[in-house]
Amino acid sequence: MRSRPKLDLRAKTHLSYFAYACHRFSGLLLACFIPLHFLMLSQSLRGASGFERYLGLTDFWVFKFGEWALVILLAIHLVGGIRLIMIEFGPWRGLRKAWTQVAILFGIACGLLFLYLAN
Amino acid sequence: MSNQDLKVKVWRGAQEGEFIEYLVPRNSNQTVLDVVTYIQRKLDPTLSYRFACRVGMCGSCAMTVNGVARWTCRTHVSQIVEGDSLEIAPLNNLPVIKDLATDMREFFNKWKGAVGFFKGDKTRHDDFAKVEPESAERQLANAGIECIGCGVCYSSCEVVEKRPNYLGPAALNRAWTLTNDVRDVQQLDRLRAVAGDEGCHACHTQGSCTERCPKKLEPTASIAGLKKLVARAAVRGSKWGKL
Amino acid sequence: MSQAVLQAKLWYAQRISAMVLGLCVSIHLIIIFYAIRGGLSAEEILGRTQGNIAFAIFYEIFVLACFVHAPIGLANILEETFCKGFISKALSWILAALIIVLGTTAVIGVFTGGAL
Repeated sequence: MRSRPKLDLRAKTHLSYFAYACHRFSGLLLACFIPLHFLMLSQSLRGASGFERYLGLTDFWVFKFGEWALVILLAIHLVGGIRLIMIEFGPWRGLRKAWTQVAILFGIACGLLFLYLAN
Repeated sequence: MSNQDLKVKVWRGAQEGEFIEYLVPRNSNQTVLDVVTYIQRKLDPTLSYRFACRVGMCGSCAMTVNGVARWTCRTHVSQIVEGDSLEIAPLNNLPVIKDLATDMREFFNKWKGAVGFFKGDKTRHDDFAKVEPESAERQLANAGIECIGCGVCYSSCEVVEKRPNYLGPAALNRAWTLTNDVRDVQQLDRLRAVAGDEGCHACHTQGSCTERCPKKLEPTASIAGLKKLVARAAVRGSKWGKL
Repeated sequence: MSQAVLQAKLWYAQRISAMVLGLCVSIHLIIIFYAIRGGLSAEEILGRTQGNIAFAIFYEIFVLACFVHAPIGLANILEETFCKGFISKALSWILAALIIVLGTTAVIGVFTGGAL
């Protein structure tokens, strides 16, 4: 005996839901990151050398990976967000699946560009 | 067991129960409704399920097939079978009465709750209301009025699952069509009913409703329309008054 | 203000701040890609932002838009994960406070470069 089945992954494997999930996930992680980002930047109040010392704390690979991931999440959240604005405020043209594809591609592009430009 | 048989898991019980597997002979032109009907008539007469027209007009046969809400009379087994297996369960987000039959009262109550019904102010003694068919409002209404209340969208929506009081895509879609009905006189009540966090603003545009609607309606569009209308009414007031 | 009007206004505020953020984030991404070439140092960052009133105004608008946008989003997530109540309101307000306080501090920091 078990509980009746609920909505599972099979109901949610379509592009529009995936776009929603990426948008929520990226938004949540960005929301957690932003206060830390501001905290780091406010170390600039200590002047250039004080700021440099705190910036140096982020030289560990885990932070570098985090920065890279966050740029990708930001890119996805941005384009996914534009998609939502188009759906909610623009003329109705369906679930704007092309925008979801652009979000993914733009995220990948930003990730690659970051790797190429960072040292 | 011939290798032509389908292995069909069917939910038996109510809120508590289990999936029982039945072996159903496979045919070339078989719908999921055919499969369920075969089980009830030939294998287990205690199985409870709903259907009526069996030709894709009434929406009574909606069930969850392999995790996705569908009209079983319009779903060919060959379309969705996984190897030789099928899983048939009652519609999600609705209480189960027995086996594959759900209690649809909350679905229809929410329709009422969204003021999803028409009320005019003319009588038989007045002239006909003149509604311009090409007008923007009529076109918007027409885009959503074919809903037959089958419950597939409601059953596919994760927000309905997460917010038990959320009115749901069908009720909001109907409310939107009536918002665009120039003869209706309850517009302010309707706007109030679909506002709030159990109303249109709870929708996260996941799009499952639009993806699954068997009549290809787009509740996401209707809800987007309501979101704008209600937000404007809350901030600036609407042509029917302030929220 | 009734619940309905409040929810409608929160939705509107989140979408308007989203539009502002759309612009700010696009510009910020370009700045990020420009800035990370050859590594990032405090001198470099402050060299660009110190005394630059345009940057300061841009980033403060950015902070204010975040202050509106993120807590409303968080509140929605929390309400749907744990039910509506005190915890979602409290955590959202905490996030809002962190964003506006730390954000404005950061803007002042990079504008003055410590020379307060």
